[in-house]
Amino acid sequence: MTVAPGPPAGAAAMPGRALGRRLDTERVAGHVLVGLFGLFLYVFLVWPMAQVLWRSLLDNDGRFIGPANYVRYFATPAIAASITNSLSVSLAAMVITVSLAFVYAYALTRTRMPGRGVFRVVAMLPIFAPSLVSAIAFVYAFGNNGIVTRWTGVNIGIYGAKGIVLAEVFYCFPHAMLILVAALGAADARLYDAAVALGASRLKIFLTVTLPGVKYGLMSACFVVFTLVITDFGVPKVVGGKFSVMATEIYNQVIGQQNFTMGATVSVVLLVPALAAFVIDRMVQRRRYALVGSAARPLAPGRTPVARSVLFGYCALVAACIVGIYVVVLVSSIVTRWPYDFAPTLKHYRFDSIGGYTALANSVWVAALTAVAGTAITFAGAYLVEKRRTAAGAVLYVLSLLPVAVPGMVLGLAYIFVFNAPGSVLNPLYGTLAILVISNLVHYFTVPFLTATTALRQMDAEFENVSASLGVPFYRTFWRVTVPIALPSIVGISMYFFLNGMVTLSAVVFLVAPGTELAAVAVLLLDDAGETAQATATSVLIIAIGLLVRLVYWALLRGVTRRTQAWATSTQEPTPAR
Amino acid sequence: MGEALPEVTGATEDRRGLGGGARPAAVALEGIAKTFGTVTALRDVSLSVAEGEFVCFLGPSGCGKTTLLRIVAGLERQNAGVVRMAGRDVSGLPPSQRDYGIVFQSYALFPNLTVARNVAYGLEARRRGRRQTEARVDELLDLVRLRAHKQRYPAQLSGGEQQRVALARALAPSPSLLLLDEPLSALDARVRLALRQEMKALQRRLGITTIMVTHDQEEALTMADRIVVMNHGVVEQIGTPAEIYREPSSLFVARFVGHMNLLEAVADARPGWARLGALALRHRPAPGTRAGDAITLGIRPEQVRVGAAAREADNRLVGRVTSVQFQGAFTRLGVQAAGDGPSLACDLAAGALAELEIEEGTELAVALAPDALRVFVAPPAGG
Repeated sequence: MTVAPGPPAGAAAMPGRALGRRLDTERVAGHVLVGLFGLFLYVFLVWPMAQVLWRSLLDNDGRFIGPANYVRYFATPAIAASITNSLSVSLAAMVITVSLAFVYAYALTRTRMPGRGVFRVVAMLPIFAPSLVSAIAFVYAFGNNGIVTRWTGVNIGIYGAKGIVLAEVFYCFPHAMLILVAALGAADARLYDAAVALGASRLKIFLTVTLPGVKYGLMSACFVVFTLVITDFGVPKVVGGKFSVMATEIYNQVIGQQNFTMGATVSVVLLVPALAAFVIDRMVQRRRYALVGSAARPLAPGRTPVARSVLFGYCALVAACIVGIYVVVLVSSIVTRWPYDFAPTLKHYRFDSIGGYTALANSVWVAALTAVAGTAITFAGAYLVEKRRTAAGAVLYVLSLLPVAVPGMVLGLAYIFVFNAPGSVLNPLYGTLAILVISNLVHYFTVPFLTATTALRQMDAEFENVSASLGVPFYRTFWRVTVPIALPSIVGISMYFFLNGMVTLSAVVFLVAPGTELAAVAVLLLDDAGETAQATATSVLIIAIGLLVRLVYWALLRGVTRRTQAWATSTQEPTPAR
Repeated sequence: MGEALPEVTGATEDRRGLGGGARPAAVALEGIAKTFGTVTALRDVSLSVAEGEFVCFLGPSGCGKTTLLRIVAGLERQNAGVVRMAGRDVSGLPPSQRDYGIVFQSYALFPNLTVARNVAYGLEARRRGRRQTEARVDELLDLVRLRAHKQRYPAQLSGGEQQRVALARALAPSPSLLLLDEPLSALDARVRLALRQEMKALQRRLGITTIMVTHDQEEALTMADRIVVMNHGVVEQIGTPAEIYREPSSLFVARFVGHMNLLEAVADARPGWARLGALALRHRPAPGTRAGDAITLGIRPEQVRVGAAAREADNRLVGRVTSVQFQGAFTRLGVQAAGDGPSLACDLAAGALAELEIEEGTELAVALAPDALRVFVAPPAGG
């Protein structure tokens, strides 16, 4: 019991702290859960990252050498070039992707052109493949022996910066498009009416209403693409050639030269731009205000035939390119020898060297486990932070946002340090599927956590207080009210985890072991070994599984929506008694 | 607080009554203080609520009334002070062990549960039999006249209906205390008026001790047995609606509850007199004021006598009607006294107005009856 002694009324100086409260089972349970969530973030995020920082200050024999590794990094031109290379490639891909995606998203949201649904689905395709698949396809099309190169006789020199930017644009396009469609879709028709009534020209309306309205969406898209590209490993590995970027440099140091401390050093340097993008994005988004209030009227797309046909042509071109890349991937996997012998065959699907169906099964299993465990932990974590307002809440919130700024390669390397340390309690996890699940879960933690937080913030803040007053413990209300209301978000979160778990490469490339091969890693190794047809065959299967799962989720989401529609909308029909 | 407590028998908890031998108050707050960071939300608040009483915490937004309610509910932790319920010190207890029902401004109905399941929510946790729970739910839905909507979801109900469901849910486990946090403010005016009476009648019928937070003085005046007027984290006055209205203890209360003409004046050398410029007015005895003190005189608009009633009366002024505001049952006149005199609002019943044939510009005699003219020591601007 921690009740303060009764103060004399009136004259007593006010204590700075609120009175303590008696501990009951419910509060203990709440504290224990918050503690467990904190422990999870500490063990699988904070501690590993601290290990990377620490190891970058040691030599390979474990002696402390201060900043010597950094000095060597910056002093070795071949390695130091990876920094400027990474930055220039990321910026170029960012500008191109966001520009292309903006026009595409504009056409989808602001015109009534036909085929918008199809265009939208096609643009989403790159999400279903590991990033390196796009690079492989570009090599097949524009490489030295690429089909386009052979047909036209023009070799554009795909290996290097050019190829990286091309493949990254393709890979990041859906991410940017999704953000921009959301930004452009939320427009207030009243602003446009006002602008027209004031006699503004089309261009002026675009510059003074449309662009400012999507300012934050544009910035967000830029940061997302920049981070995706600078942390991506698969594309530069396949198509980069001698053009070294930081992510491949980490791989070369760790796998190629077994130089773990230099790997850690490059990792820390790679963290800087990724963290900077993250911090700036948070600062920008904090200044964001509700541009579309509840009184806003949605904007109905206008009829402007010329613009419509121009934009239709543009979207058709982009969509054709995306489909074309996929056709290359598919065809190359079912012909005898691309691009010389187009006789159909299924021999590449026999997987006689690396990976194969075991790796695919592992991938599905890891993705499914990531989906289940990840959804449970992110949602419960967001709930604990958002609804059980404890002193630790603010710290846990920041820690939960951090993973988005941690490149997958860096996380993977950190896990080697932590899980492969002799004598560590976590050692048994090394070489298991569990470590792959955990690394995926932490790598993709932030977006689901924010989705869950948003869903929870939309709920009445007094739900928990009402249950407390009714003597109902919080976990019961969590299960009976919070989870059912958030079900659409929960389904979305698990899909996000599954699809990313299927295609991720960077976070797991250091952690796979004999027996725990994953399909995306197999694609990389097959491509490395020159078995490119088997690599694309594996990719085709990854994509097929992803699309299938997406379909299942689509049906699931429809079911959830139908079930929740009864209470989510205020229909006036009485519902039948149950 | 030394108000009379109703004589009821059957107390179960330890009897640490405040009234000496009488049954302990249903809720007693002693020296409650609360700060949020550097902001002081409540300062030494003490009051008690008798069993079966309907008490309103009334004040402008930010006065601390909601914080005080949440401290009673255990949803907010006080920095100092003791909360007792029926004599039991509950200061350290979590909300679930304090035995109350609460209705929030937003109602916080669970949108995914039907009306019946919402009402049964607190009953299910108590592991009563299913039939018993069903019966209790029906009983409560009858009480709030919503049995027909039993199987609907909250989103399918009107605002007033949702409010009644929230009330039924709060009452279902038979709590000994009902807390209402601005329960009517989300409703439109007509529904609000109807629900005011309905809730008051229900509270009377059940005899449940009730604390309601509101910023609406009319709501407090019509519903409460006693009103606690709060401002800046302190209690300004506690009293029955009639006491609060007729005898506001401070300028703040006078201004916040009802309308009052406030006139800046200076205490005269003659006791019971004050000067407004050239004007001398006799007022209620105000012991403690000395000649030359800045004081404020206050009189309610309906206490200003007009026309024939003002003839031969004390404190008679002559002025011109500057505005005529028709308000239904009465009409509010704006009167500017001649010379440098004060401007006054006076309320006239509909009948009286017709006799006087008043319009803007009419010259009019008004009288400020000395026994209706109160004295507040602080000047009006100072608060």
